[in-house]
Amino acid sequence: MISWQDVANGVVLGATLGLGAVGLTLTYSILGFANFAHGELITAGAYVALTLLWLLAAALGVGLGQWGALSFGWPLLILVTGSMALTAMLAIGLERGLFGPLRRHGTAITVVIASFGASLALRSLIAFLWGPEPRYFTREIAIAREIVPGVRVTADQLVVLALTAALMIGLHLLLAHTTLGRAMRAASENPALLGVTGIDPIAVAQWTCLIGGALAAVAGVFVGLTVQVRPLLGFELLLPLFAAVILGGIGSVHGALAGSLVVGIAEALSVPLIGAEYRAAVAFLVLLAVLVIRPGGILGTSR
Amino acid sequence: MTGDLAAYLVFFLVIALTYALSCLGLNVQWGFTGLFNVGVAGFVAIGAYTSAILTSGPQTDRLGGFGWPIAVGWLAAMLAAGLAALGVGAVTLRLRHDYLAITTFGIAVTIQLLAMNLVGLTGGPFGIHGVPRPFTGDVASPFGRNLVYLAVVVILVAAVYVLLERLVQSPWGRVLRALREDETAAVALGKSATVFRLQAFVIGATVMGLAGAVYAHFVGFVAPEDFLPILTFQVWTMLVVGGSGNNRGAVIGAILVWALWSGSGAVLVAVLPETLQVRGAALQTVMIGVVLALVLLIRPRGLLGEATVVSPHARVD
Repeated sequence: MISWQDVANGVVLGATLGLGAVGLTLTYSILGFANFAHGELITAGAYVALTLLWLLAAALGVGLGQWGALSFGWPLLILVTGSMALTAMLAIGLERGLFGPLRRHGTAITVVIASFGASLALRSLIAFLWGPEPRYFTREIAIAREIVPGVRVTADQLVVLALTAALMIGLHLLLAHTTLGRAMRAASENPALLGVTGIDPIAVAQWTCLIGGALAAVAGVFVGLTVQVRPLLGFELLLPLFAAVILGGIGSVHGALAGSLVVGIAEALSVPLIGAEYRAAVAFLVLLAVLVIRPGGILGTSR
Repeated sequence: MTGDLAAYLVFFLVIALTYALSCLGLNVQWGFTGLFNVGVAGFVAIGAYTSAILTSGPQTDRLGGFGWPIAVGWLAAMLAAGLAALGVGAVTLRLRHDYLAITTFGIAVTIQLLAMNLVGLTGGPFGIHGVPRPFTGDVASPFGRNLVYLAVVVILVAAVYVLLERLVQSPWGRVLRALREDETAAVALGKSATVFRLQAFVIGATVMGLAGAVYAHFVGFVAPEDFLPILTFQVWTMLVVGGSGNNRGAVIGAILVWALWSGSGAVLVAVLPETLQVRGAALQTVMIGVVLALVLLIRPRGLLGEATVVSPHARVD
């Protein structure tokens, strides 16, 4: 039996996926490869925020606090911004040290192998540094309220939705109206022409990594807040992320967001039908269906 | 002491050569055809589970346990992995190259989920025990049995090696390399890119399925955690280190990287305190990741690299 509650859960999941998928689709089209390490940026974002929380507690004796019905307070803003900055630096570091040099010397697909290796190495490194056991931002229990008949959401989930919407609008404005945004779109459409116009393609690539890493960090914090923090957190999101990106059409920010909502809702609806353990397989089915029916995606160009 | 060492060496070689089989399979796909398979673990798992289900003794709590002959189980393992590759390949091989990467990744994740949750067929997290080993009745000592198994694996690797060498040196292999290097030119000469790629993909997966079955019958059980993404990654590192596009490189890379892997594991166990042992396994993965990245950056051809093939009819002065 499909309920509106499942749809609402799917929308929240989709919003979180969207933050990851937008970064993934940008790096895919601008850097030109499927980055398997993107999931680990999400994991890293969650762990960095968690560590900042510990440092905050140790240095100032400040906890996560509580603000109205939320299970967190203003310190969360520090955690999110700090984590965005550090995760973006990690993303730029990967690009500078590994992906960039490989792209210039090797073939596009060597970069994909390297990203697969980087994904495993980062995941293992995270498990080594923070341990394999699940961690939590807060032990508070978020209370779900009924906002429309039959649909209960927590205040935390509403904040997740609002923040995602704000970030997406910001990204849209950046891509549509700034010089950097225009350079990024040019880099995905015609890299050679971009170089001719005197824009440094390496700088554009690093800006892309910065944006992708920062958004991934936010996604990681959200998953950490609403579920838990584990070394496999981002890896388990990778297949849904790729499904969302391909469904939306590679390179399309709006498409990635729409694709994330579709994948999120499909996963949430599948839980009462086939059980929670097969959720990841649902994303795979969506992916296969898109590849068979419309490989270019909803909003993409067919290539 | 020397007996222990010999026993370990035999054990080591059996596992390393099982990896070599997967590596040879990947070499057909990636080395010669340029197909990017991120789901090696998935195809190996299909082979291992297929053979385990068909050949193990009667089961009460799950389907399977037909007690079929081992040789039949191995053939079925190859068939099942090949069929899975046929399905995936038919959908993705006509599309962009990296779609294959993403789809094969999805296959591996899905197979892992099925192995974990389809308890009625796979035994769930506990896996399938009592996978029979060939010639158990004929040899008494455990060491002797391992030695016999090693002989079986050596013969299999040699057979697969010879077959694949003949294949890639045939006109068929030439088409694969042509497609990899210049698809437009190959298609212009009337070769169907999709058909040839699909054939290479299926043949490679078949060999991986065999590798899975060989592994399952050696250790005697299969469980989901034997087929995590780390397996895919190890096989890739082996091929890249040995030299993709070179079958000898695939075998040598497998033995070398497996030696590095087991060696570093032993060092970590000796060096790290008890409490850090579990985390130490993670360091091993980081190290292999760094090795792969370094080889890709410094020596992308690998140790041996692909031999330059010149037409036998060309005159070289």
